[in-house]
Amino acid sequence: MATGLGSFTVTCQCRTVSTGGRRAQASGAGRHGLERIESCRRGGQTAESEHAGQGTTLSESRAVAAAKRLPVLKTHKVYVDGKFPRSESGRFDRALAPDGTPLANVCRCSRKDVRDAVTAARAAQAGWAARTAYNRGQILYRIAEMLEGRSAQFEALLAAGNATPDEAAAEVQAATDRLVHYAGWTDKYGQVFSSVNPVASSHFNFSILEPTGVVGVLAPESPLLGLVSATAPAIAGGNTTVVLVTGSQPLPAVTFGEVLNSSDVPGGVVNILTGRREEMLAPLAAHRDVDALVLCTADPDVARSAEIEAVHNLKRVAVRPHEDWTNVQSPYEIADLQEVKTTWHPIGS
Amino acid sequence: MEPHPRTAHGALRGASFESPSIDAVGVEERVARLCSRSIKKEAKLQALHLTLSMIDLTTLEGADSEGKVRQLCAKALQLHAALPDLPHVAAVCVYPALVGVAKRALEGSGIHVASVATSFPAGQAPLEIKLLEVKRAVEAGADEVDMVISRGRFLAGDYACTADEIASVKEACGDAHLKVILETGELGALDAIRRASDLAMRSGADFIKTSTGKIKPAATMPVVLVMLEAIRDHYLRTGRRIGMKPAGGIGAAKDAIRHLVMVRETLGQDWLDPDLYRFGASSLANDVLRQIVKQRSGIYQSFDDFSM
Repeated sequence: MATGLGSFTVTCQCRTVSTGGRRAQASGAGRHGLERIESCRRGGQTAESEHAGQGTTLSESRAVAAAKRLPVLKTHKVYVDGKFPRSESGRFDRALAPDGTPLANVCRCSRKDVRDAVTAARAAQAGWAARTAYNRGQILYRIAEMLEGRSAQFEALLAAGNATPDEAAAEVQAATDRLVHYAGWTDKYGQVFSSVNPVASSHFNFSILEPTGVVGVLAPESPLLGLVSATAPAIAGGNTTVVLVTGSQPLPAVTFGEVLNSSDVPGGVVNILTGRREEMLAPLAAHRDVDALVLCTADPDVARSAEIEAVHNLKRVAVRPHEDWTNVQSPYEIADLQEVKTTWHPIGS
Repeated sequence: MEPHPRTAHGALRGASFESPSIDAVGVEERVARLCSRSIKKEAKLQALHLTLSMIDLTTLEGADSEGKVRQLCAKALQLHAALPDLPHVAAVCVYPALVGVAKRALEGSGIHVASVATSFPAGQAPLEIKLLEVKRAVEAGADEVDMVISRGRFLAGDYACTADEIASVKEACGDAHLKVILETGELGALDAIRRASDLAMRSGADFIKTSTGKIKPAATMPVVLVMLEAIRDHYLRTGRRIGMKPAGGIGAAKDAIRHLVMVRETLGQDWLDPDLYRFGASSLANDVLRQIVKQRSGIYQSFDDFSM
């Protein structure tokens, strides 16, 4: 039982380095022992900030209870192919609160994680596109339901970033409403953007939309609303996505992966990677199996260099430079990630 | 009740030799160690090229037509138009009825035509019919014959029958190379796989091959390691080099490279040659091509960019 022994050792380390009311990570293989010890060392701050964020003041009795127990610290992983793996690189970055307080470790993904995520997205694409529009709408609505149910957790995560409690609550509500918005559009955008075209021959000529395919999304700095606003229209239209979360607040995105995983979203439809833009964006933008890019960045140089990489297979590129995502919702966001198929059907004169 | 065919020492009723019993845990550990090798850059590119030259491009479907076989042969002749300097594959593997089509399409290219025979994939036919099938395939121009053993007989402990069958097929092959498919997915334990390997090599096989591709699991790493060790022991005993062909389930270039590492470490450099090692695969070639282009261009590739 080498593994059991390893985790036991790690647990002991946790108890040694942490002092009163600290969180500890007790499970897992010995291989990750160092990271886990690291997690435990900064565990105290996490516990306090998360409790504060939830608006709970520790009463005397709870403080006593907390002192008796080592709280369980969460390992933040990425979301790929409906599973929660670590980065293949084994590396991690530290998520910090605005005042520099460490909040948690998050995976620092490599280009190989990007490659694996694209493989998962490609494998899921045909099945997702084949779902009825109505079913995709149901699933998007289900995401909204799940997000609503975990709103307190997301408010806490946002408040641990730089949002006031009111702003955090407003952002979670807006993100939930946005999902409902796109849930409603899944079986309607087709009617709006398709057309029957007059032609000067004996043909019935019509144009319909089809999903572009695999969409790479560079997620915006806005940790939840921006992420949802950029991803939801892509999947509403039958695309699958690889989302790069490179902003200063990755924790809401990582947790959003858990929401997706419990919302009937098939594995691979949304893949969320955390890490550094300069490492992940170029391989994603150049990847020949990615059909479109949504670049949520206000930096024209970042957008330009990604667009240059995107020429290899003529990707569709949508740049979204918004800083405030409050009003960024429209069926045109769906149409931007669609291809138009025109059919000439012979008819008698 | 019939006694179990195996005695305490691993000797077999009806077999004139003993095969060693296999330590399954040891095999798993050895495979895990070999799979952890990191092959990158130039070495990877070299391994990918070698893999291409070892592929038996295969189509074995009920729906195979002359057109499908001609298309496959065209692919064998030119794997990727953008890379004309690639090595060609080792062989094209088809059903006996389509050997003539493949032979004509590949004339003068140096690419062999392999044919499955002996009532592939089940092998449940009378011996004379199997032998006739082999003869017809060879007459039509097959350079290599892939036969299946009668797993039912083998599992029942009728080793003499299995050995005789292989020997008569070898005779029917004439100059054509004989690959013996053990269908390891139906043999169960690694002990039986080792025994079948020994039996096939002693009965005249030029190659031993894991699977038909119709049964899962097919060419898993532990199975291939056991067969490679059987080949090594046979070589040490007789000085005869037997080839190996894993088939089925190897779809990724990465898996192929792992196989090459295992071959190199078990049998040595001599076996890293299309004459002694083959991959039976239908989708492997395109993944290898994808990796070669990625290695040369630095850009991840799409399957859409490669021909069927």
